[in-house]
Amino acid sequence: MKLLEYQAKEVLASLGISIPPGRVARTPDEAARACSDLGPVAVKAQVPVGGRGKAGGIKLARTADEARKAAEQIIGMDIKGFKVPLVYCETALEIDREIYLGFTVDRDARANILMLSARGGMDIEQVADEAPDAIARLYPNPWRGPLDFELNGLVYRAGLGELARALTTVIKKLHRAIPELDAVTAEINPLVLTKAGEIVAGDAKLEIDDNAMWRHKELEQRYGSVLEGDPYEVEAKKRGLTYVSLDGEIGIIGNGAGLCMSTLDLVQRAGGHAANFCDIGGGARAEVVENALSVILMNPRVKGVLMNIFGGITRGDEVARGLVTAKNNLGMKLPLVVRMSGTREEEGRAILKQNGIEPGANAWEAAQKIVALTRDSDVIEPLRRGASRGATSPHGGEAS
Amino acid sequence: MSILLDTSTRVIVQGITGREGTFHAEQMKLMGTQLVGGTSPGKGGTNHLGVPVFNTVEEAVAGTGANASGIFVPPPFAPDAIMEAAAAGITLIVCITEGIPIQDMIRVKDYLRGYPAAHLIGPNCPGLITPGVGKIGIIPQRITSSGPVGLVSRSGTLTYEVASALSSSALGQSTIVGIGGDPVLGLTFADVVALFEKDPATTHLVVIGEIGGSDEERAAELLGRGSRLKTVAFISGRTAPEGKRMGHAGAIISGNRGTAKSKEEAFRAAGVAVAETTDDIVSLLR
Repeated sequence: MKLLEYQAKEVLASLGISIPPGRVARTPDEAARACSDLGPVAVKAQVPVGGRGKAGGIKLARTADEARKAAEQIIGMDIKGFKVPLVYCETALEIDREIYLGFTVDRDARANILMLSARGGMDIEQVADEAPDAIARLYPNPWRGPLDFELNGLVYRAGLGELARALTTVIKKLHRAIPELDAVTAEINPLVLTKAGEIVAGDAKLEIDDNAMWRHKELEQRYGSVLEGDPYEVEAKKRGLTYVSLDGEIGIIGNGAGLCMSTLDLVQRAGGHAANFCDIGGGARAEVVENALSVILMNPRVKGVLMNIFGGITRGDEVARGLVTAKNNLGMKLPLVVRMSGTREEEGRAILKQNGIEPGANAWEAAQKIVALTRDSDVIEPLRRGASRGATSPHGGEAS
Repeated sequence: MSILLDTSTRVIVQGITGREGTFHAEQMKLMGTQLVGGTSPGKGGTNHLGVPVFNTVEEAVAGTGANASGIFVPPPFAPDAIMEAAAAGITLIVCITEGIPIQDMIRVKDYLRGYPAAHLIGPNCPGLITPGVGKIGIIPQRITSSGPVGLVSRSGTLTYEVASALSSSALGQSTIVGIGGDPVLGLTFADVVALFEKDPATTHLVVIGEIGGSDEERAAELLGRGSRLKTVAFISGRTAPEGKRMGHAGAIISGNRGTAKSKEEAFRAAGVAVAETTDDIVSLLR
């Protein structure tokens, strides 16, 4: 779970790290009020992606009027596919120095890496490329955390020795997010040394391991529902599906992550574009297939669906019968191509064919078939119109 | 011959009395794997599937001489189960469990440094199978056959797909290893490739990678330094967008790192054939 800046800062504050005074605003009026209370503020879009400054998602406001105007412009704005739900109005800092502090999982080392650099306020990937020596690194022991002398060494290697005492304290506090919160990334960039000599978090990024959410229910309850995000991904999550929205026109269902990913690749190779990634896991039970299909059909861009099911143990005829039921229950009219293997796959293919579902002998042939079927818009458009009469979704419902 | 699992491998299942543990332990036994026992805390002294159940791995090792273990316990308990197996002297630990928190796995990896003889496979993996000899995990025996091709993969169903294609083209497999889809894993591609390199029964190799991390690049480097194996690589996720986790916890492109392109280029630079689709693997291997 990626936290928004204001959420990450609340968490940092709970670990004892100083943050500037700030307030969340969901409307322009709330932003105006925040500014009258706090004085000059930065009005910042709250989205879980970087690059919001460049996208116009951060504006300075000296007066309540300016804050209102800024919020009017920013709330509802689209930043890299995320609709901005709210802004964070935060007191502008008097900056003396900007530092980078963060940790993440170093996959190659199978360990956490702590990083500190005197070149704060810049994209750290860029610093890593241009001047790798400007970043000091430490791999703390995962059982006992970093020792004092290790942190001291890190600070001196970063050329920040004169701030050693203050910085080691902040690093220790930030490190608590690893054992206590299952953070996989925590970044303060910039960590600001103010003109008054305080060390304050200017920005904050925090990502909690999705696999560990069961032991952080309070974080999920507090922060999990704020961000609306992609409507299909939200619906899929409710239905317990592994689903990622993409921007093409062909819905994809596969069993297994690797198989599903390779199916997206095949569709692109055949000249089409996938509308989503959807892994329904092993077994391919009818109920799960129906859930996956209904989420995919919510998307009006979808012109057809390709299913790639490899049945190691699963029986082809059972999968086929489940598919037919799911398709009928949803009143699905769009082309559906199914590549299916497993025991009794011949019987399965026959059942599919009898029920208007195109079987594909192998994944590549199936991908070419669905691309051909969805390209022919003369076929698709009447189907779309016919299906939308009295229906709840553009492709489904009880009509006809 | 084979790697990791042969006729001398004596296997226990941790979590043998659970639903998954029971089903797959039985499948393992049915194909001839030497299943010698299992663990289930509190059920020590009973019998299950015709083998003795122990409370701890230490007792199971003492009672059966087991040297390998398949772990089928839920994510909150799996990290401890892996460390328990290593501490008891198990040298092949296969963890099928999906959903283990990454910080737990980082601690487990650190712990395993104290047990250099212990090979961990997984977590979040289908396990391994030596056709005709035995398996630890969930790979269906039906789709495999004995032969000279080594197969190593991060994905479960894609492994099955390729194994099945190989088998139906009379290209049998020496051993199939699913290393798992998590970002912090036991054996890596490079580790498994090195094992196949030393196995006289393996003459061909298929590597099935995917986006995320740089383990494929490491394996490519190793193969590029000289290999006796005829190798084909396949990478899934060419069209995956940046920053999105594609099903597997480890399948994510971060910035410009972990792309399919980088992995394919690394294999090509090492002189390894790269298959465009899984269907091409068979023809490239011949």
